[in-house]
Amino acid sequence: MATSVSLQNTPSKRRWRTLREWLNALPYLAPSLIVFTVFVFYPLIRSVILSLYGTNPIGQMTNFVGLKYYQRLWESESYHNSLLVTLKFVLYTVPGVLIVSLILSTLANLRLKGISIYRIAFALTISISGATAALLFMFLYHPIIGTLNYLLSFINIGPIPWLIDTKYALFAVAIPRIWLQTGFATVLLLAGMQGISDEYYEAATIDGAGFWQSWRNITLPLITPSLFFLLVVITLNAFQTFTEVNVLTGGGPIDSTQVVVHEIYRSFYFNGQYGYASAQALILFVIILSLTIVQFGVLEKRVHYE
Amino acid sequence: MIESYRLRQTIGKMLLYLLLTVAAIVMIFPLYTGLVTSLLGADELSTYPPKLFPSGFHWQNYVDAARQAPLLRFILNSFIQSTGVMILQLFTASLAAFAFAYLPFKGKHILFLVFLSTMMIPWESTIIPNYLFVQKIGWDDTYLGLIAPFMATAFGTFLLRQFFMSIPKDLHDAAIIDGCSNFRYLTTILLPLARPALGTLAVYSFLQTYNQYLWPLLITNSTEMRTVQIGITMLQVFEREQWQVVLAGVVTVMIPTLILFVVANRQLIRGLTAGALKG
Repeated sequence: MATSVSLQNTPSKRRWRTLREWLNALPYLAPSLIVFTVFVFYPLIRSVILSLYGTNPIGQMTNFVGLKYYQRLWESESYHNSLLVTLKFVLYTVPGVLIVSLILSTLANLRLKGISIYRIAFALTISISGATAALLFMFLYHPIIGTLNYLLSFINIGPIPWLIDTKYALFAVAIPRIWLQTGFATVLLLAGMQGISDEYYEAATIDGAGFWQSWRNITLPLITPSLFFLLVVITLNAFQTFTEVNVLTGGGPIDSTQVVVHEIYRSFYFNGQYGYASAQALILFVIILSLTIVQFGVLEKRVHYE
Repeated sequence: MIESYRLRQTIGKMLLYLLLTVAAIVMIFPLYTGLVTSLLGADELSTYPPKLFPSGFHWQNYVDAARQAPLLRFILNSFIQSTGVMILQLFTASLAAFAFAYLPFKGKHILFLVFLSTMMIPWESTIIPNYLFVQKIGWDDTYLGLIAPFMATAFGTFLLRQFFMSIPKDLHDAAIIDGCSNFRYLTTILLPLARPALGTLAVYSFLQTYNQYLWPLLITNSTEMRTVQIGITMLQVFEREQWQVVLAGVVTVMIPTLILFVVANRQLIRGLTAGALKG
């Protein structure tokens, strides 16, 4: 073995060994490292630089402007609006996904014949894209031929002008997102529930606990880590939402669905404000980073408690 | 006594099945209406109330969808992009995961954190320089531009490393003593053993890429280079009120991923929950 060779560890020998080990590992690491450098790390630095410069219409930097764009963002009403819209989107999707997936995973966790078919039905949306989901709902929302308003008319609701009224548009954009994420969330919670030992439930049954009591006092506390993980992931995804907005509303009506990424997209792709858009992108980066750190912190804790 | 207990149990079970079925119907409903509508005739679509069941099978809608938008071309483009990303990710991730799991080198821990840090940098926050860069080197509107940014994966490296580390290290030591090189050990012994993990990564990365939206929207301009997700929304714009044709297109582009879901359900779920459960 290579390790038994160097008994006298002179500094130069140690250095030589470090170098040799590195040269040994480099061919394996280089492909990934090159890709990450070119498409992740360098662009991140480039974003910072870009956010401090004026640009011409094809994105070349022209003059240094300092923190002008950040200052403009601080005052920009449309940027504040996009943050607010995104927060509202979080408030719609997080409880929506959590409640629905809790119900579905509880049902899917029942020991009944044929349950695997239901599990597949509940998980199906994990294979569906944001664009196709948005198109399916665009049809469901259709004011004349859409099925949704027709079904709601049976319980005396509506007709709801889903995508054309500022009151409903963001909610209408959130529903396909809730639908899509429920599949993933149900799979995750079900995995958590199946990890709970039967002994807990048996002990509870002996103590005379019914289904509801067992669920409240055993299942729910033991899947809290998964629930928290989901909370963060859904929030992160809400901050990165683009597809559903782009397909269903394009940010309208009157910017009522203009989420942060769509605002970035409009700033650089349509208005050619590369520096200004980069400043927005960096603020998004800071938000996402903070949320991820919170998530890691809590996961760390969870490891300690177990 | 026992009779009534049994009866109560049967009724309880039936109620549970009823609940399960209602929940399943709600979850499948958007897909179901899409499918039903894609089979309706043009005249049936404008009648009220909306049809909830198919009256016949108007396959013509699918022919129209394929004709009015080059749907098959879109699917081909997405397959080329997704397969390319999948193969390259399997390649880069297995190499890197091998180095992290088996090779000793200084600063391994820090470098691994550097890899993981790429998961904390949202793609949207680096998209402007990437867009400008890909345009500058002339990769916009090419497969290269669609594939290149996604050639490496921190998540996949992490996943494969976990799997590699579950294989006894003695196997590696023994192979090295027998004169097997590291690279040969990786390709002939380790990777065949790691097939389940590779399958998980393959399915996961294919699906993620096939369902991409923002990046292909930015860097493809010509109709021939559009991927399915962009192409299908274009179909909606062109065919505003021909929803039976649009939905025929939607169903068509969803078929590959639905098949993938049914066939590789286990791998997909393992991939999705891997990051979550391992922490």
